[in-house]
Amino acid sequence: MKIRRSIKDNRGESALFRRRALTGFVLILLSLSLLVGRFAFLQVMRHAEFVTRSQNNRVKPRALPPARGLIYDRNGVLLADNVPAFRLEVVPEQVEDMPAMLARLGKIVPLGRDDLDAFRKLLAHSQRFESVPLKMHLTEDEIDRFAVNRWRFPGVDVVPYLIRRYPFGKLFSHVIGYVGRIDADDLQKLDPVRYKGTSHIGRTGLERSYEDVLHGTPGYELIEVNADGRTQRVLETHAPTPGRNLYLSLDVRLQKAAEAAFDGRPGAAVAIDPRNGQVLAMVSVPSFDPNLFVNGISQADYGVLTSDPDKPLYNRALRGVYPPGSTVKPLIGLGGLEYGIRRPEDTVVSTGVFYIPGQARGYRDDVRGGSGRVDLVQAIEQSVNTYFYKLALDMGIDRFSAWLGKFGFGRPTGVDLLGESSGVLPSREWKAAHSRQPWYPGETVIAGIGQGYWAVTPIQLAHAIATFAGHGIAYAPRLVMATQAAMDAPLKPLSNPPSGPPLIRNPADWDVINKGMQMVIYGAKGTGYGLAKGFPYLIAGKSGTAERFSRTTSAYNNDKNAAYLASRHRAWFVAYAPADHPRIAVAALLESGAWGASDTGPIVRKILDAWLAAHGGVIRGEERLPSSSASAPDAAKAGEPGKFPVSGSTGATP
Amino acid sequence: MITVLYMRWRRFVRRVMTRPRIDMPLAIGLLALALVGLVTLYSAGNGNLVLVGGQAGRFVLGGALLLLISRIPPSVLRNWTPWLYAGSTALLVLVVLLGEGRGADRWLNLGVMRFQPSELLKLTMPMMVAWYLHPRQLPPSWKDMAAVAVLIAIPVSLIAKQPDLGTAVLVAAAGLFALFLAGMAWWRIGALAAAVAGMIPLAWHFLHQYQRDRWLTLLNPESDPLGNGWHIIQSQIAVGSGGIFGKGWQHSTQSRLDFLPEHTTDFIFAVFSEEFGLVGVAALIALYAFIVGRCLWIAMEARDTYSRLLAGAIGMGFFVYVFVNGGMVAGMLPVVGVPLPLISYGGTSAVTLLVGFGVLMSIHAHRKMHD
Repeated sequence: MKIRRSIKDNRGESALFRRRALTGFVLILLSLSLLVGRFAFLQVMRHAEFVTRSQNNRVKPRALPPARGLIYDRNGVLLADNVPAFRLEVVPEQVEDMPAMLARLGKIVPLGRDDLDAFRKLLAHSQRFESVPLKMHLTEDEIDRFAVNRWRFPGVDVVPYLIRRYPFGKLFSHVIGYVGRIDADDLQKLDPVRYKGTSHIGRTGLERSYEDVLHGTPGYELIEVNADGRTQRVLETHAPTPGRNLYLSLDVRLQKAAEAAFDGRPGAAVAIDPRNGQVLAMVSVPSFDPNLFVNGISQADYGVLTSDPDKPLYNRALRGVYPPGSTVKPLIGLGGLEYGIRRPEDTVVSTGVFYIPGQARGYRDDVRGGSGRVDLVQAIEQSVNTYFYKLALDMGIDRFSAWLGKFGFGRPTGVDLLGESSGVLPSREWKAAHSRQPWYPGETVIAGIGQGYWAVTPIQLAHAIATFAGHGIAYAPRLVMATQAAMDAPLKPLSNPPSGPPLIRNPADWDVINKGMQMVIYGAKGTGYGLAKGFPYLIAGKSGTAERFSRTTSAYNNDKNAAYLASRHRAWFVAYAPADHPRIAVAALLESGAWGASDTGPIVRKILDAWLAAHGGVIRGEERLPSSSASAPDAAKAGEPGKFPVSGSTGATP
Repeated sequence: MITVLYMRWRRFVRRVMTRPRIDMPLAIGLLALALVGLVTLYSAGNGNLVLVGGQAGRFVLGGALLLLISRIPPSVLRNWTPWLYAGSTALLVLVVLLGEGRGADRWLNLGVMRFQPSELLKLTMPMMVAWYLHPRQLPPSWKDMAAVAVLIAIPVSLIAKQPDLGTAVLVAAAGLFALFLAGMAWWRIGALAAAVAGMIPLAWHFLHQYQRDRWLTLLNPESDPLGNGWHIIQSQIAVGSGGIFGKGWQHSTQSRLDFLPEHTTDFIFAVFSEEFGLVGVAALIALYAFIVGRCLWIAMEARDTYSRLLAGAIGMGFFVYVFVNGGMVAGMLPVVGVPLPLISYGGTSAVTLLVGFGVLMSIHAHRKMHD
């Protein structure tokens, strides 16, 4: 650098700089003259014109908020509607003494604390000539009383607006969500032009994730105001573009049946069409009335919802994470076939306890003394733990998590709702990130029966089963099927291509697992035996009963009260139908159900019944089962209630 | 220990107070500008003294910083330059990672105050370019110009991404002016300008929709009466109705009746034009021209390359504020968030500007010393 320095011609540089600075200054003077010229043009040449415009400046634009898009189910049943209502609005600059005015107004129209707080916050963020909403959803009585006294309140007016209404109340609240009043925090984030005049915004569910589609574009009208800024007349109107309507893939009938099947017991169910990922039903029980939130929920109502021990605001289908238990055994079996670790005819002997070679700790089967020698189909039918303990161990945790990761475990499914949980997929990476301990082989063993470091959401499990039922072609679950610009406009379907390449290389593998899952329902030893009684098409399924807390072998006590154990269990049932060409896949969960097959199985069956009924009882292109089902005479054998834990206890892993 | 520090501080303050090595013409120009700013603000804010008081407080703070910085020799500033540049650029990256703000992520929340790191670049950008070119052979070679282009592009692209086009333009201009003053050949400037002109269709493609809308509304303001079109129309009505002599102080109807949006911040020039007319506008622009000219004078007097380039770039950068804001108010340029320097209400820009002038004062004060 020193050498370069010495070459530097400081005097030459100084002269160069001088020339540049002078040139720059001349250019700056020219630019500024141009600017002054522009001002002179406006202030001298066009002065007269602008003076007139300034004197006649009585026209202000007023935003016309767009109507929010409506929401329909797949058959056009209205699920979210806009109904006309009235609210009080205040133009701040026309009110001389705001506190005094509010006090006087409060005697005529009751103003709640919530109303006043929201109003003050909005007031601080809006311009003085802009109308600010004070109280939403006036009753007719309030409108009448205000109308008589209107002359006493300059700057206050009753304004009509559209309010959101959910005719089905709590039935769709976990899917559609609700809209809420725009508050001061929202104003910081929203595009002020697009939301001018809009009072509500999607808060949860589809109302939130499709906010951009549902909202629309505001229009405006030019209004003439007098010297005090009061509206004299409307000069011209540019209509707003309403938001697009949404058509959901949900079916009200399935949704109702699913919700009714839970009978208030906490849990969740999701039904997906495996052929395209469309969600046919999605419930989380208990639920809440979304209409309460639209105008700002009262403290009392909110308190009731938040203090309920069953947490009705909690979306179990989307956010609840539970160990999948035995429901994932078919997928693990499929992995064994696809990796070439197992052939369908390979057998394993179940003795009642499984040991990792060289280790003392045993891993239990459900049936005392074991199930004897079983092949893959039998292992799925009877949910034989030992078969899957050994398979998981042979597969090794890395291949295990790679395979099940393909079915979407451990990451969001990509459903078109926000706030989905990722769950946990058992893997070395997950454990390394959450613990200082290394991965132990025993953890692979229990992963084989859906326990251990494994947590899934109901929608994840439904997605995985739908992916299997669809012959390994995965689709991200979709609730919105199509959008529509206006009431009678044609529907614009939303495309949903497969989210990845097919997962199953050998179709024969699919047939084996499918057979095993059919045997769960139709086999004499099947854990869901009898569930399909009277259903005219083939069902394939799998039960799962997972423990909330792991137990060691020695702690297991068969004499413990069944109800006590049941309270600690998550009961799953997954199924798809028709088993030969699946069109619906269901996953249902009871948070404290006793056993997957006996308690959650019937919920799934009721959803399938509703689905069949929605199709008029006939699935075209599918052959009906002979009506005299072989299961009828044997039903009593499997259906014995309270008999603990014969085969119904699948997966309650010991 | 504390008393020692305190004594030292007292001595420093006394020295600053008694022998402020400031350039009187520039100081008088700034003082006049600040005065015009407060008077206009009083009217534009409908006589709101809290507003005026707050702004005056910022001028006092900025002035104190100006005096303080005028004591720091340019050679010290030069040594700090790479760190200041790296630090402010790092803050920009931080904004991208965890910024907050209305529509655009520009702010960092420091707990006590919110802070806009892109403001810092308005100063550290020309400092960095000057620092880089200082030991090099001038006019700069292709290689040096490429290096400077990278130095400019990194923070500017981060700011444009926020997105804050106004500040990005100001920061880029400050860097480019340093390059221009360093003697970049005219034909190269021409080639660069041609290349930029050629890039416009491409850049259009990368602009945010709202940024495109701003250019389009300029052509047809009536098309967007809820947003910028309204601003443009009302601003031109304010300017045009002012005429040659204006409507008089506190007689801007456009601002009074709330037809003119943002009349204390970005559109305060419209209020000024309405009240003081073309005569006032010409006088104000002349005052700005005088300040820019004085800055360039100080730059020419400086002895080392770093000081020269820095002082010149700061002065010319000041002009960009005036031109972009004036052009916006008069409907020549799109609506971007560039304030009218020292007149628009708003803290950060006033303080940053005065700090920049502090650097100029320092360069002026140390002009006799050799590098």
